Amino acid sequence: MTSLQFVFRGELREIADIDPTYSVLRWLREEEGAVGTKEGCAEGDCGACTVVLAELGSDGSLEYKALNACIQFMPMLHGKWLLTVEDLEALQADGSLHPVQQAIVDTSASQCGFCTPGIVMSLFALYRNENRPNVNRVNDCLAGNLCRCTGYGPIIDAAQKMYDGTEGEGFTPAEANAISLLKLIPSDQGMSVSDGERHFFAPASSDELAELYKKYPNATLVAGATDVGLWVTKMQRVLEPVIYLGRVRDLREIKDNGDNLIIGAGITYSEAHQVIAEQYPDFGELIRRIGSTQVRNAGTIGGNVANGSPIGDTPPALIAADAKVLLQKGSDIRELPLQDFFIEYGKQDRFESEFVKAIKLPNRASDVIFRSYKISKRFDQDISAACGAFALKLNDGIVKDIRICFGGMAGTPARAKQAEASLIGQNWSEENVEKAMQVMEGDYTPMTDMRATADYRMMVAKNLLMKFYLETTDTQIETRVVGEKELAHV
Amino acid sequence: MSKLIPDITKDKIAGGVYQNKLHDSGHKHVNGQAVYVDDIPEPHGMLHIYMGMSTVAHAKIKSMDLSEMRASEGVACVLTVEDIPGINDYSPVKGDDPIFAEGKVEFIGQPIFAVAADTIDLARAAAKKAVIEYEELPAILTIADAMEKGSYVSDPHVMARGDADGRIATAKHVIKNSVELGGQEQFYLEGMIAMSIPGEDDEVKVYSSTQHPSEVQHNVAKALAVPDHAVTIETRRLGGGFGGKESQPALMASVSALVAKATGRAAKLRLDRDDDMVMTGKRHDFHFEYEVGFNDDGLIEGVSMLHACRAGYSSDLTDAIADRAMFHCDNVYWLPNIKVESYRCKTNTVSNTAFRGFGGPQGVFLIERIIDEIAAKLDKDPLEVRQKNFYGVDDNNVTPYHMTVEDNVIHEIFEELEESSDYQKRRAEIREFNKHSKVLKKGIAMTPVKFGISFTTTFLNQAGALVHIYTDGSVKLNHGGIEMGQGLFTKVAQVVAEEFQIDIERVKITATDTSKVPNTSATAASSGSDMNGMAAQAAARTIKQRLTDFAATQFQASVEDVEWLPNRVRVGSEEIAFTDLVKQAYLNRISLSSTGYYATPKIHYDRENCKGRPFFYFSYGAAVTEVLVDTLTGENKITRVDILHDVGKSLNPTIDLGQVEGAYVQGAGWLTTEELWWDQTGRLRTHAPSTYKIPACSDRAEDMRISLWEKGKNAEETIYRSKAVGEPPLVLGISAFHAISDAIASVTDYEVYPALDAPATAERVLMAVDRTKKAAKS
Repeated sequence: MTSLQFVFRGELREIADIDPTYSVLRWLREEEGAVGTKEGCAEGDCGACTVVLAELGSDGSLEYKALNACIQFMPMLHGKWLLTVEDLEALQADGSLHPVQQAIVDTSASQCGFCTPGIVMSLFALYRNENRPNVNRVNDCLAGNLCRCTGYGPIIDAAQKMYDGTEGEGFTPAEANAISLLKLIPSDQGMSVSDGERHFFAPASSDELAELYKKYPNATLVAGATDVGLWVTKMQRVLEPVIYLGRVRDLREIKDNGDNLIIGAGITYSEAHQVIAEQYPDFGELIRRIGSTQVRNAGTIGGNVANGSPIGDTPPALIAADAKVLLQKGSDIRELPLQDFFIEYGKQDRFESEFVKAIKLPNRASDVIFRSYKISKRFDQDISAACGAFALKLNDGIVKDIRICFGGMAGTPARAKQAEASLIGQNWSEENVEKAMQVMEGDYTPMTDMRATADYRMMVAKNLLMKFYLETTDTQIETRVVGEKELAHV
Repeated sequence: MSKLIPDITKDKIAGGVYQNKLHDSGHKHVNGQAVYVDDIPEPHGMLHIYMGMSTVAHAKIKSMDLSEMRASEGVACVLTVEDIPGINDYSPVKGDDPIFAEGKVEFIGQPIFAVAADTIDLARAAAKKAVIEYEELPAILTIADAMEKGSYVSDPHVMARGDADGRIATAKHVIKNSVELGGQEQFYLEGMIAMSIPGEDDEVKVYSSTQHPSEVQHNVAKALAVPDHAVTIETRRLGGGFGGKESQPALMASVSALVAKATGRAAKLRLDRDDDMVMTGKRHDFHFEYEVGFNDDGLIEGVSMLHACRAGYSSDLTDAIADRAMFHCDNVYWLPNIKVESYRCKTNTVSNTAFRGFGGPQGVFLIERIIDEIAAKLDKDPLEVRQKNFYGVDDNNVTPYHMTVEDNVIHEIFEELEESSDYQKRRAEIREFNKHSKVLKKGIAMTPVKFGISFTTTFLNQAGALVHIYTDGSVKLNHGGIEMGQGLFTKVAQVVAEEFQIDIERVKITATDTSKVPNTSATAASSGSDMNGMAAQAAARTIKQRLTDFAATQFQASVEDVEWLPNRVRVGSEEIAFTDLVKQAYLNRISLSSTGYYATPKIHYDRENCKGRPFFYFSYGAAVTEVLVDTLTGENKITRVDILHDVGKSLNPTIDLGQVEGAYVQGAGWLTTEELWWDQTGRLRTHAPSTYKIPACSDRAEDMRISLWEKGKNAEETIYRSKAVGEPPLVLGISAFHAISDAIASVTDYEVYPALDAPATAERVLMAVDRTKKAAKS
């Protein structure tokens, strides 16, 4: 296909000529005059631009996801239904406010109102997906919607009250219409679109992707655009061409082969969350705190690995769990331990035209104790100052194996190999852990930046080892300020 | 929905004062129909502006080559200081804020030029082609550096009463210490924006996101070298202001108006979030030093304070802000012997500006810190030391600036909240918990606020309004105040509805417009509903008097026989619908339009001698905050908040509760997660929500119990005896800071005072834990 097709305002829209990195937000405001959706930051952190995208699920029903329109590129809408704050009344049979909107009015959950359209859309997605979630779920749902006026209380009230109303009858016909229109867009075909100068490719298989990447080794690969989006909005980088992974079917799969979870590079955090949490509950907690709902709905674990950042949150957990990365170039596929993928700051073991195909996460053996901890200024929607993960095997109180990996402590996610070595074969005791904490000072030379000083990073990394020790040895101790307290002891 | 036929039989109007009227724009907020400046349809051919900014903190501009930029695709106009017909300044007071740098730059982010192009992308692309050569000069980046070099934007100011030094010298206990207090980014969700449309002759209309349209008007006129009457500013609503849009929007408005007049095309300047955070001012950060003498009970006998705030490269509103910090050095405490020295440091960083509280919260922060430390030294509950030092109701009630506190209600509020929050029991439980919990520690603190209401620059305390009644009985209301989410428009409409005894749906609130109500003050200092409510009431009463006189004449009755009932007027035994009365008045040639004006009474201040009554009255409140702290990481979370706040007789309890809760969360954010961080070159590195962390949804305490004080009634004749609410409750966030400190102290069994600096990020908390542990060992 050589045109972008998506559903908008009850119609199938087809655009043949478009700037590949034109944001959905700008298109709405500049081309459609749909100014209800606001720009607050243009980096996916404030949520004022939140829209909802609905896609056909495998069972033919619609799946609703909140996303930041400011860092979604227009061609990424292909095959989806774009809903904005202006849609909701039209979806009601009588044109009245949607229950989400009415609840916000009734609870005085808007003051200046600028964040409100985004909050409406986040809550609308929640309303479609869940029934009367508890306050923790509401917090998670709204982690990516900053409000500077209300203090959030009335918004949380609205998120409860919205279920008190009954949904308008008109919504079902609108959904049925959207489903019928979405079915007109072939789901198994690749797509490419261009503005005449720059190109956007959305291949449908990894073989197609490999071919394209061979042809265009300078292409920018984009999955969720939660990072690449900022290259455009903040740095005005001109990307040519863009290859989008979101339609590559075999990268959009997550499989359990008995020994490993094979997580396709196009799997989003949201999609991986529960599957990983079943094996590694605390890794699940870490994913809960990565970005926000909007970011987790777009961003991928593959992208978190591939961009090579030293402060990505999943690599430390993956490395501690001894994950492998699968790389593909042409038809060649190779596998290497994830820790070896990160060579140094800004440099990964990846050849030209080679891409991350999947992450292979070992199913957790019953004797592996795993924890991960994210340290940031704010609990939600923040980038880690340090992120640590620990995997321990004990044999009669003796450390059989331990893997410690930190992000934010070096130019890459890095193991604390000296600390590990000092512990292996030793008693898992407070005394030995304290020794290992001292040894860890040789493992890292962290830096000072706006997130933390080097001293704090070092101190907290050492203390996290102690926290891990306490959680693994004292079944009563309370150690968690946020999240499920039981995670300290599972 | 406007009701065309008002109900003339009911007992009470809809939407009068003291009612829980919902925000007038709530419906439009939720369906995306509320219009902000960037949502106004753009005029044909409108230009988009991008600002070129300094990349160094302090330098002479050696050369500027903008030729390639001018020739860049789509560029219509490039402006530098050479292109300003009038005066190159957008400052609020002192004339020291150049629109474009002239010969030198004084902070990273200072505007040097503007480039206007057909699209914002073309403007940004063009701006990259500017070549500017600097000759770098030594830069002063910190308060410490400025203090050492004596670099100030204005003369230091001293306020003193009694013999502070003498009483400290003779006191049984003395504490001498210092504390750092960080600044705060306003982070209004709607960034800075102005759109200008050139008119005929020298006219220009500017849609500006500003809290201060009159000042924007005057600055635009000054830059264009045209009379004020040529410039009209219109503002319907802001997507948040918080003080950040008081003085700063004049820059955006001036530049867009300059482009519009230079090109004859409409022009919009909307700052990208990162540029906004780098280019515009924030809450002042402070370095404090203090020495306090006190007795065994914790009663303060003498206290000496040093305030040093970071003004940035220019004055902006620093003098008024630093003065307000001094005015709040006492909070609710009787300090008979006190000296405060205030230094306003000039640094090569962005010029700091207004932020909700305007120096008041900083002033309170210090005295609360001092009291907390006294309590720690005497091993007393800080609550007890606070109460011990409270102003008396009838005596010991004169502020350091010689104003008698006539309306002190803090004793009652504190006692009620101590009881309702179960403070004592919870404090005991927390101490017990801490004994047994190795990693997690709890803390609790209760702090009060007394906040002075009025602009301390006395002449600013004036406001105007304009009210029209049309012949169908519908009312149009305009006043000088700005709606920025605080519900001002709703409250003032309630006042007008109440005066005319008509349903609020009959009152149309319109955009603030300098051509309707002139010479207004900023919507700031929590004064919005106090002043604009009174001005609108005056306008309404003028018309109402005319209508009363007319009704008496028509029905051949006396004025005393005219009674205003919901949507109708009764004259003797006759009733006439408001709409009919209005129509008849019109037919009888009675004016149905009036201005209204208000000037706050009683206030005066002699700054030189630090004497007078700068405030009309005080607002009071108190909060109890409980926190949970992880002593291995420093992570912390507010778990419960109890607030009791006095808003007098609330004009609108729902709106007031929203203000109290929002202000508390903002205040707590200031002192916990919100950290501004500059690197060694003077570059702000926390310039976007990715790096600057305001409270998110989950940071709100799950258990929040907020009440308006039921006995509240303003002792002064304010609008329906209400009290200002915007700023005072922000100060209650200080309780969160002290609760964290209390939790840290538990690590040493309350032996070592944590001496925490703000904001209490996880890092500062962990460092304090580490420091106190080491001190306890040694």
